[in-house]
Amino acid sequence: MIEVEHLSKYFGRTTAVDNISFRVEKGEILGFLGPNGAGKTTTMRILTCFLPASAGTARVAGYDVFTDSLEVRKRIGYLPENPPVYNDMTVRYFLEFNAKIKGIEPKQQKNRTEAVMEKCALQEVKETIIGKLSRGYKQRVGLAQALIHDPEVLILDEPTMGLDPRQIIEVRQLIKELGGEHTIILSTHILPEVSVTCQRVVIINKGKIAAVDTPENLTVLLKGSERIYLEVEGPVGQVEQKLKQVPDVTAVSVETGGNGKNSFFVESETKTDIRMQLAAAITGSGFGLLEMRRVGLSLEEIFLRLTTEEAEG
Amino acid sequence: MRNIAAIFQKEIKTYFTSPIAYVLAAVFLVITGYFFYGMTVTFSNECLYYMQYASRYGGMPPLNLNQRVIRGMFGLISFISLFIIPMLTMRLYAEEKKSGTMELLMTSPLRITETLLGKFFACFVLYAIIIGLTVLYQVILGAYGHPDWGPVFSGYLGVLLMGAAFIAVGIFASSLTESQIIAVVLGFGALLLFWVIGSAAIFTRPGAGKIFSYLSILTHMLPFQKGVIDTKDIIFFLGFVSFFLFLTVKVVESQRWR
Repeated sequence: MIEVEHLSKYFGRTTAVDNISFRVEKGEILGFLGPNGAGKTTTMRILTCFLPASAGTARVAGYDVFTDSLEVRKRIGYLPENPPVYNDMTVRYFLEFNAKIKGIEPKQQKNRTEAVMEKCALQEVKETIIGKLSRGYKQRVGLAQALIHDPEVLILDEPTMGLDPRQIIEVRQLIKELGGEHTIILSTHILPEVSVTCQRVVIINKGKIAAVDTPENLTVLLKGSERIYLEVEGPVGQVEQKLKQVPDVTAVSVETGGNGKNSFFVESETKTDIRMQLAAAITGSGFGLLEMRRVGLSLEEIFLRLTTEEAEG
Repeated sequence: MRNIAAIFQKEIKTYFTSPIAYVLAAVFLVITGYFFYGMTVTFSNECLYYMQYASRYGGMPPLNLNQRVIRGMFGLISFISLFIIPMLTMRLYAEEKKSGTMELLMTSPLRITETLLGKFFACFVLYAIIIGLTVLYQVILGAYGHPDWGPVFSGYLGVLLMGAAFIAVGIFASSLTESQIIAVVLGFGALLLFWVIGSAAIFTRPGAGKIFSYLSILTHMLPFQKGVIDTKDIIFFLGFVSFFLFLTVKVVESQRWR
């Protein structure tokens, strides 16, 4: 549905997007993850025909964003970072205006307006001037605007920004429901959002793609270094010494707790399970093993590792 | 066409929900009303004076309502338009850029020309409404005097054509910047330049002088005030409008390929 090939964008001497390529299949929800200034918004602006690419091509539904811009725009719903709303209009009038400019048949305009107001929970504020709405409501008006013409592709730039926790859950739920019939790209720097809503993640940093995979695979990929959490009763120094002697252990970090119980994080390089050796090492030395479990790397950590490694390289 | 109508309606609604249209119309009416009163009273005093003069000494100089009041009014209306039009056009693009709604317009399936024409006609209609309020003055003149209606019509035609040209320049200025203040200053500066450029003819060689005086809006405005409708003046204004609208399209478009 969306094909991006060797896309680059330069602003003067700075490179905002550097030769990125990815594909999004129909009905898929793709998460765009990256720190601020990574090039997420720029990529989205290119896909929505707001900005031209400096090099490379992007196609949406088979249409080139540069040469067939109008066709692309008919098929895209776009929620920019700041919801593009007219502060002096009422919610209803604004959405009706959007229905008009997005080419909905006159007979359908009222229906669609009602439908998106329902979907985005805007019924109670429909006659309110947008300028008087809270940030969360404005965001929802922006989302309603993107959905009004029932586009094939939805591009959402930080769709849950400014919402309260309950609304965030609602919007994520809404996005999940929309996936399947709509193809969605959403950008965020909130990691749990990606693991909750997206089927695939593109991690982007400094304009380059650092990784593309499913949230689960990304976790596995980086679990090449496995982490094990241990709670041991015994003197810190000796236990640490013992743990380090276990083969394949690469690092041990300690968090001292009270009354002689200490927490250890053991990292091993290989994918072999070293839990038995660890347990043997501890009990064999006469220390008390109170707890042991595997700890997966959270997306936060993967994200940090990928982006910091990129930065060092 | 539907898209132009959508933008047109939106702009008209914005004009009338914000105080700007009312404030400008009010200021416009106060100023023109003051001068209309002044010119009419002066004219009627003159008439009175010459009637007494004629009854004593015979012979009445030709006093013409069109020449003394109506022509002056049109001159005044065009001069005030110079100030109010940049204020009407300043927000058309600058505001969209500043508030981020340009992103909405540019990513919607709208052609740049459709957006532009919608905005242009909305502003033009508002301007025509404001100018239309001055018809009241002509009605008053018609009730108490016998003006020649021909020059009145041609005067309005001229004012509207000139207004369209001013609006095109104003929109162009607005498309260049995010700041409404800069838009109004640029627009007003450009219009003033086109207003006075004719006087540059005095200082230049005859050939260049011809060009300057041709470019002057005043040169093409005066015949309408006198009651002369010349196609070459109409073409000048239409060409002027098209040229600046074309420039605006290019400026807005340039965002897509810059």
